[in-house]
Amino acid sequence: MAYKAALRVWRGDHGQGELADYTVEVNEGEVVLDVLHRLQATQAGDLAIRWNCKAGKCGSCSMEINGRPRLACMTRMSTFTEEEVLTITPLRTFPVIRDLVTDVSFNYAKAREIPSFTPDPSIGLGEFRMQQVDVERSQEFRKCIECYLCQNTCHVIRDHPENEDQFAGPRFLMRIAELEMHPADTADRREIAQDDFGLGYCNITKCCTEVCPEGIKITDNALIPLKERVVGRKYDPLVWLGSKISRRPRGADTPRVPDKQS
Amino acid sequence: MTDIERPEIERLPYDVVVVGAGGSGLRAAIEARLAGKKTAIISKSLFGKAHTVMAEGGCAAAMGNMNPNDNWMVHFRDTMRGGKFLNNPRMAELHAKEAPDRVYELEAWGAVFDRTPEGKISQRNFGGHEYPRLAHVGDRTGLEMIRTLQQKVVAMQQEDAVSHGDPEAMIKVYAETTVTRLIKDGDGKIAGAFGYIRESGQFVVFEAPAVILATGGIGKTFKVTSNSWEYTGDGHALALLAGARLLNMEFVQFHPTHMVWPISVRGLLVTESVRGDGGILKNSEGKRYMFNYVPDVFRAQYAETEEEADRWYTDPDHNRRPPELLPRDEVARANNAEVKAGRGSPHGGVFLDIASRRTPEEILKRLPSMYHQFKELADVDITKEPMEVGPAQHYVMGGVEVDPDTAESCVPGLFAAGEVSGGMHGSNRLGGNSLSDLLVFGRRAGLGAAEYIGRLGPKLPVPDEGEIAAAQAEALAPLERPSGENPYTVHAEVQDTMSSLVGIIRTEDEIKAALAELDKLGERAAAVSAAGGSAYNPGWHLALDMRNIMLMARCVAEAALERQESRGGHTRDDYPGMRPDWRKINIICGLDGDTITLTRQPTPAMRDDLIALFDRNELKKYLSEEEMAALPPEAALPPEAAPPPEAALPPEAATDALPTEATAPAAAATEETH
Repeated sequence: MAYKAALRVWRGDHGQGELADYTVEVNEGEVVLDVLHRLQATQAGDLAIRWNCKAGKCGSCSMEINGRPRLACMTRMSTFTEEEVLTITPLRTFPVIRDLVTDVSFNYAKAREIPSFTPDPSIGLGEFRMQQVDVERSQEFRKCIECYLCQNTCHVIRDHPENEDQFAGPRFLMRIAELEMHPADTADRREIAQDDFGLGYCNITKCCTEVCPEGIKITDNALIPLKERVVGRKYDPLVWLGSKISRRPRGADTPRVPDKQS
Repeated sequence: MTDIERPEIERLPYDVVVVGAGGSGLRAAIEARLAGKKTAIISKSLFGKAHTVMAEGGCAAAMGNMNPNDNWMVHFRDTMRGGKFLNNPRMAELHAKEAPDRVYELEAWGAVFDRTPEGKISQRNFGGHEYPRLAHVGDRTGLEMIRTLQQKVVAMQQEDAVSHGDPEAMIKVYAETTVTRLIKDGDGKIAGAFGYIRESGQFVVFEAPAVILATGGIGKTFKVTSNSWEYTGDGHALALLAGARLLNMEFVQFHPTHMVWPISVRGLLVTESVRGDGGILKNSEGKRYMFNYVPDVFRAQYAETEEEADRWYTDPDHNRRPPELLPRDEVARANNAEVKAGRGSPHGGVFLDIASRRTPEEILKRLPSMYHQFKELADVDITKEPMEVGPAQHYVMGGVEVDPDTAESCVPGLFAAGEVSGGMHGSNRLGGNSLSDLLVFGRRAGLGAAEYIGRLGPKLPVPDEGEIAAAQAEALAPLERPSGENPYTVHAEVQDTMSSLVGIIRTEDEIKAALAELDKLGERAAAVSAAGGSAYNPGWHLALDMRNIMLMARCVAEAALERQESRGGHTRDDYPGMRPDWRKINIICGLDGDTITLTRQPTPAMRDDLIALFDRNELKKYLSEEEMAALPPEAALPPEAAPPPEAALPPEAATDALPTEATAPAAAATEETH
């Protein structure tokens, strides 16, 4: 059952490095992360890999395997033929720290810009009443394990780092959708979704959905409905009239973007 | 040798430093920050990746949403039974009383639990819990909890950005940072923590009067484990090295159901919810064998026929529970015994069958992660065929001895919460009681630390510079050693030794053999070296973790040798059965120089009002005759403390004899383990 696989693994740091060739034993039923661990334990003790649960639940071991963004722990070696050379490289969109480990702090910065869950403060502990059908939309998005494969894949930032300021990426646009669809949330993030988080940059090519290891329908269930809500707000004649006659300043129901540092 | 230039050790002043960013660490940090303390969270991994995400089934809290008979007293009783009465009763009491509010809090912070038809938080059945009690989100409850706590930290940072002009003014996460030593002052008070930042190798000292350990467990001491690489017993070891004491380290939970095939995923958890939702265990003969493994102490509460067990799912008030839902230690021993008796599955496990019990739609709705996991990793469709499962190391009940109310250890300024602390779960933890433990005692540790700082006054402990220099030298040693063994090799041998000699079933000869082996491995572990530099070098990180892994292996083995009985997560083939005299004893590990010391310490007494929650006939199964004689007369108890009627045992329980070795819980399993 066991065979020797040829691996080409990116080694290096701070923008400098190269693909290094290794031959590593593979046993039946193994995943790419097993083989990388064997490489680490036997030939390259200092090979930097980020991983945790090895069960597809924490989203740490994101990397590119033969050019495709994947979780190493959920990619079975049987996906490839025994003769195939596996080229394993770090996520391309984020700066390399060392070997297969990248600096994903961009994502944590974006997470902190999105106005948090805002329930009605008069609801006491244990008094929320929500129906299962109403929470299911948010629940789908909360399956997200924050592996950032969608962020890495989305061409809006993968090919255009200059968009990073204006574009939060699929994961965090989905977070906005999750809060928008939460039955107990009272804030309105539609305006900032468009103006601050770059929803308009998304041209629904569904690349994010395709790489999601949790099978979340990011484009169909989060991004497109969010676009519809934003449009609905912008062109709703009542909203337009309200903004003309109300004494409330425009966007009073729209929370400001917290913690926008730059 | 390394030629990397080392900058100065960075000094970072805080009020409270929380080591660990899982459920208990984040909950502790939130509470400390709410109490106005400047708080650092030290995360061994990225923020939001902690091992808590692996928890699947749910969070136990007696909210009574599914069955109004549930309340904290029933939960308390279940917890004590599950732990075979070795739990610290005050911890079990606080846990049962406070868990509901902690769950509601999560909901107010944005957690989206599954709902009942009335729109309340849904609750599911689990092993050892009398009523449906686990708040859950499908089978990914831990992820929901960690994400909610993470987002609560972010929400507080957003508030701080407004009020302080800096989101990290009051609470900051140090991701991928590892603490290797606690630092004290000249008087023995906690003064900070020394560690390194993974990305750069930069050494840091967090200068703080209060440190909360929330580092989880010791799984990486064992070979087949559901725990991630971070679980190297860091907090247990840090506490021991700082002079704190560890409680009952012999109690290690082997969860009964993990994947056994493919080999590479051996140890991957299969949630207890499969059984809670109707799944049953079968052997290679197709027999539903758990009916043969109901120990006497639980006989009254579990069904005796398949028909009764199956009726229970729809009519729990008039039928007894299926034996698949016994506490984990019982089910793990049963699974182990079936395999040893030659009735195992092709890959050395047993069969867990949900496919013949529930429709594919129900399975996909309630167990989506399990479906996904088996489909992707083993090509098994659990809606059509049974799963092959077996026991693996899952949790450690033993941990830092703490004050139940404040989570403070015997070292001033050192606190511990969650898996790293001991006492709450006794000799065996019930499923679902971990997530609630994290919340209840995480919060209490945060409060405890804040109050301690208040008591300390203006004169703060000053870190001992000698200790800092020694910590740095210790951390650099594996990099500077010109030649030495590969840490991966030594680690694998420690895991093999512990799994084969101090695993689910133990004997004196095997434990002694393990200790002799650990002596040799200890010398090798102390001499490992790591090639490369200090920036993101996993070889170096493992070399440093080896100290903790070795300490934990020794503590578990020595305590396991000491306790001459079988109870919960400690099964001695040579001492089968519980012994009431051992129930009165906690085994305490301390450190004297490099030597682990063992002390027998009396267990804390249970208050009369808590004792009164149990039927006398049940107490007889756990307590010695002297203890029974010393109990207050039943009539003297206040009426509201008497057990509620639903807890009354069926009549046959009253005729049960006192437990003997032959009828004690481990006997059924151990007979067949040779």
